[in-house]
Amino acid sequence: MDKRKKSIIPLTTPRYSATFSNDVNSDIRRAAATGIYDIRGGGAKRKLPTFDDLLFLGASISRYPLEGYREKCETNVKIGTRYAKNPIELDIPITIAGMSFGALSGPAKEALGRGASAAGTSTTTGDGGMTPEEREHSTKLVYQYLPSRYGMNPDDLRKADAIEIVIGQGAKPGGGGMLLGQKISDRVAQMRNLPTGIDQRSACRHPDWTGPDDLEIKIQELREITAWKVPVYVKLAGARPYYDTTLAVKAGADAIVLDGMQGGTAATQDVFIEHVGQPTLAIVRPAVKALEDLGMHRKVQLILSGGIRNGADVAKAIALGADAVAIGSAALVALGDNDPIYEEEYNKLGTTAGAYDDWHEGMDPAGITTQDPELIKRFDPKEGGRRLMNYLKVMTLEAQTIARACGKNHLHNLEPEDLVALTMEAAAMAQVPLAGTSWYPGKPGTSY
Amino acid sequence: MLQFDLQKHGLRSLNSALQEQKEKTNQTSWEVINPKGSHSIAVGIDAPIEVNIKGSTGYYCGGMNQQANITVKGSVGPGVAENMMSGKVVIEGDASQYAGATGQGGLLVIKGNASSRCGISMKGINIVVHGNIGHMSAFMAQSGNLIVCGDAGDALGDSLYEAKLFIRGCVKSLGTDCEQKEMRPEHMDLLKQLLSEAECDAKPEEFKRYGSARKLYNFNIDNSDAY
Repeated sequence: MDKRKKSIIPLTTPRYSATFSNDVNSDIRRAAATGIYDIRGGGAKRKLPTFDDLLFLGASISRYPLEGYREKCETNVKIGTRYAKNPIELDIPITIAGMSFGALSGPAKEALGRGASAAGTSTTTGDGGMTPEEREHSTKLVYQYLPSRYGMNPDDLRKADAIEIVIGQGAKPGGGGMLLGQKISDRVAQMRNLPTGIDQRSACRHPDWTGPDDLEIKIQELREITAWKVPVYVKLAGARPYYDTTLAVKAGADAIVLDGMQGGTAATQDVFIEHVGQPTLAIVRPAVKALEDLGMHRKVQLILSGGIRNGADVAKAIALGADAVAIGSAALVALGDNDPIYEEEYNKLGTTAGAYDDWHEGMDPAGITTQDPELIKRFDPKEGGRRLMNYLKVMTLEAQTIARACGKNHLHNLEPEDLVALTMEAAAMAQVPLAGTSWYPGKPGTSY
Repeated sequence: MLQFDLQKHGLRSLNSALQEQKEKTNQTSWEVINPKGSHSIAVGIDAPIEVNIKGSTGYYCGGMNQQANITVKGSVGPGVAENMMSGKVVIEGDASQYAGATGQGGLLVIKGNASSRCGISMKGINIVVHGNIGHMSAFMAQSGNLIVCGDAGDALGDSLYEAKLFIRGCVKSLGTDCEQKEMRPEHMDLLKQLLSEAECDAKPEEFKRYGSARKLYNFNIDNSDAY
């Protein structure tokens, strides 16, 4: 009787909570066991509205396409034309974002310089100063001027081709940095004037200025020290892009670097990365509007970063008004970060290729985000540089392919009118029509 | 001595002339008149020259100085001698916020008082203040020596690394991870030398030393209240 009764009660499928998912529960267990929040590298991993939610229309009767491989589509860009005596001239509008020696190994920094130079673009120092390797191998090197001022000195400043004053980065608007002791080798410590092996906290605010009026004076000082020769960029997190861009231009910036929340960091709290800031797609139009309102669009160049992966992203960023883009995480992948050839070793670290983000622990099997001498040996800077160059060239070709299809003989001739959006969110953020309509949320003269 | 009228010839012209001086220049003595609170005076010099500024200056006077001896016969605005690498900057009057910020070398002497955040993030510079300093001074100071003949404001040496702080007067409060340390003979010697270089007649034995308790050097959840 009992057996029969049991057999007629249907079994239900175990049901997981959408709120308390396995991911969430594992985070709770980890916090309970360790007493510390999760720190990781990279940018936002959550699903966000992206450039994938936009499409190009291509040519039609009213727009003539250009012939691929026959008709030119230029890709060059000049950055710093407002005040600098020597603006930076790049062959392609894809630059390498700031990443520090310390977060990355010396050979990885060298590879970034090699790859960028071979592709005709610039690379950027990071929080930790300029290394001779990266200066030597970078035809055009942008020197970051950060709140920590680690490794900051006027000799290096004068060697730079541009200066980038970092106010924020997309992964952590309003946050400083922390390079954990594991990565503080003797050389890293010496460059930063700190003891070996201790955690290095990077301040979130600059130590000697506060607010836009001070920034104007700080920019003047840097220009005086470098004889007004090189461009001064201001790097902003995608927090309040309209107002921040306006204030940076008012303070005298030659170029704005604007970083969305998909932009990576060497290390910060996961909760910071995932819950502070705005997606790259959402920040470009307000920044462009600010430049247009000031009559400075294309005069103060806009470099957009945060999750740029391919030529389509490049083309879309430019069509929405950017002058160039910067890549960081994608460049690391091109060098070999998270490559499945190291799958066994990623497994030993409790992760898998493609998901490894504990860059701060310095155990990167690919030898890129580490200071471990044995792991570093695995990475060949010449090969890495070549891979990066290939990747940059492919991205450029992809962007040109799209631009030609839209009838443009320069990437900068792409425009918002070339785009439609696949989702309401993307339409609202990019201010381009929802596909199949002539409308987007917030379009002047319409209501929603 | 070459006299330069800042109001007449302009800032770019002054800094350009000073920055053109090299190691073995014969033009070793400069006087700047009519500074009238201008910003970025005598920044980015890299030569063993004397620059006397007759009056008060704005922000970043002597910024990133290398080798030069700069004297200001007046008071200075924020960020005097910021990121100085070497040389000497002497202020006859008072200094505003962030004096000597991130300085990596050389000697900054302030004969009056210095405002808040004096020596913030200092990385090897020596700073001697004849008067008092304001709050949050030597915040995240990494290395070098801050000597104060008067009093220090709140939160002295917050999040301090390896810089040494010597205070003769009262300390209103210590910042997180900053503590009083014993004075050893080498500290007396250091004080004697720096006080002499700063033309200060205070006696080394009148000072107390403060430094990092080094409890925040590696993250520990049990110290989370301090972060």
